Amino acid sequence: MSDVLVKIRNLSASFSSVTVLKNINLEIPSRKVVAFIGPSGCGKSTFLRCLNRMHEEVPGADIQGQIFLEGQNIYEKHIDPVLVRRKVGMVFQKPNPFPGLSIFDNVAVGLKLMGVKKRVLYERVEDSLKQAALWGEVKNILKRQGTSLSGGQQQRLCIARALAINPSVVLMDEPTSALDPISTARIENLIRRLKEKVTVIIVTHNMQQASRISDKTAFLLSGELVEYEKTSKIFTNPSEVRTESYITGRFG
Amino acid sequence: MTKKPNPVFIFSFLSFLKRKQEKRDIHIQDRLFYFFLKGLSWSLIFLFFYMLFVIFQMSWPAFSHFGMKFFVNIEWNSWTKNFGALSLIYGTAVTSFLALLLAVPVSVGVALFLNELSPGWLARPLGFVVEMLAAVPSIVYGLWGLFVLAPVLRDYVQSFLSKYLSFLPIFQGNYYGVGMMCGGVILAIMIIPTISSICREVFRTIPEANREAVLGLGTTRWEMLKIAVLKGSSTGIIGAVIMGLGRALGETMAVTMVIGNATSIKASLFEPAQTMASILANQYAEADNELHLASLTAVGFSLFCLSLIINILALLLVWRMEKKFYPRRKNRKNNVFSIGKVKV
Repeated sequence: MSDVLVKIRNLSASFSSVTVLKNINLEIPSRKVVAFIGPSGCGKSTFLRCLNRMHEEVPGADIQGQIFLEGQNIYEKHIDPVLVRRKVGMVFQKPNPFPGLSIFDNVAVGLKLMGVKKRVLYERVEDSLKQAALWGEVKNILKRQGTSLSGGQQQRLCIARALAINPSVVLMDEPTSALDPISTARIENLIRRLKEKVTVIIVTHNMQQASRISDKTAFLLSGELVEYEKTSKIFTNPSEVRTESYITGRFG
Repeated sequence: MTKKPNPVFIFSFLSFLKRKQEKRDIHIQDRLFYFFLKGLSWSLIFLFFYMLFVIFQMSWPAFSHFGMKFFVNIEWNSWTKNFGALSLIYGTAVTSFLALLLAVPVSVGVALFLNELSPGWLARPLGFVVEMLAAVPSIVYGLWGLFVLAPVLRDYVQSFLSKYLSFLPIFQGNYYGVGMMCGGVILAIMIIPTISSICREVFRTIPEANREAVLGLGTTRWEMLKIAVLKGSSTGIIGAVIMGLGRALGETMAVTMVIGNATSIKASLFEPAQTMASILANQYAEADNELHLASLTAVGFSLFCLSLIINILALLLVWRMEKKFYPRRKNRKNNVFSIGKVKV
């Protein structure tokens, strides 16, 4: 029994009065990989974006319910979303290193904004790149543009960037869907190792991927949480018929 | 030894002709339309080079008479028939530089506000008004500059500057309102719509995920704009600035009305001057000898070439920016409905 890192209570979210998430309740243990699967448009990405308060950046977005991160409701009035986002890193579908910044600066930029001293900056960047399994490939070309790397390297750079500010959760929104199988395999290995330090919440369309890397899997269908179980159980013996028909490919 | 023509070749050639013939028969209106539009496009290209050629031809007497000294000679005197473009180049450079200095921060700020911060109901009308600034006729800017801006500058701005900052050579001497400063300010207002609308285009090319990625690092909105938007589009912003510079260099009427028209080189921004464009507007009608006219045309030719280079540079930068985020737009030709080539 591991301790709970994120606790979600009665979470509902909508875009200009179209409900996307309906009354979600779940708990995410710390230092595990949790995968969210479900057909397109079921609200997986919105769910992720609620966790780092990015959902509210969209005009017309509304959110109800509570999300406790390390026991603190991140939607309470006095909580600054900027500080929440420092605890919750995010990696996107398409690798998006910041253009115009070097590989080093791509990782360092978050640290600099947090006021990390110059002396330790280099070490922190090196650490993050090592954690993202990219250090060996880039240690001699740190001055080069981040966008000059290959797709898989760019995505690992984005992971390093998210890790640099020491978040307790990293959200990944289909991080490998734009990558080739070899780069995908490297990122999956990386995710498996990351859970020693952080909790990874990953949205994926690839069910094999979910079964390979996650400890727990949640199945979302049109905004509802259908099932949330140990990954081994979901993929071998799901309790819901809808889950079974989705993972066996009968719909979705 | 002569080679016999290859029968297969002849056959294929004939069949090619035949195919072409068939196509003509079927799509005769399409082909006519195609050649008509093609003709129009080529005539524009022809016109462009013809203009360049004629202006060069007309200015040749000046270039051959003065040589390269034309560009370093300060004097512009129709009495002694001694013409040099340096004072005009100086006037153009100073007013354009001042215009950029004032217009760039405003334009980038306006573009940032309209694209990134303002709510939709405000962005649209405000953006429209900014674009409409470009639609005001140049002569109207000139009138406004002469009767409103120049007195205001003289009474409030220049008096202040000459009182407190007169230790700087650029703020020394008498002030009359009209002069290089007034020209620069008018130009700044005129190029704001150009720069800000190109900046808005450039900012739009930045993927939304980049903004969220920066916000996701726990940054304030200003930090996000700085890192994701401004840093990411620096090439495009430079392109926009150069585009504005291109417009400022060639702007004629408004500047002519407020710059004071004196061919001299003075450090003070209060002094009157003459730009390459304004001297053309002022003197082409009264050029009484061939050398004067040729010298004026030579100034025009130089201005033409300069704007050309500047605009090409700006376009290249803006294109490069677009390519950065949308790099693979190959096979564009295949999407175009092509008649003149193989398929119809």
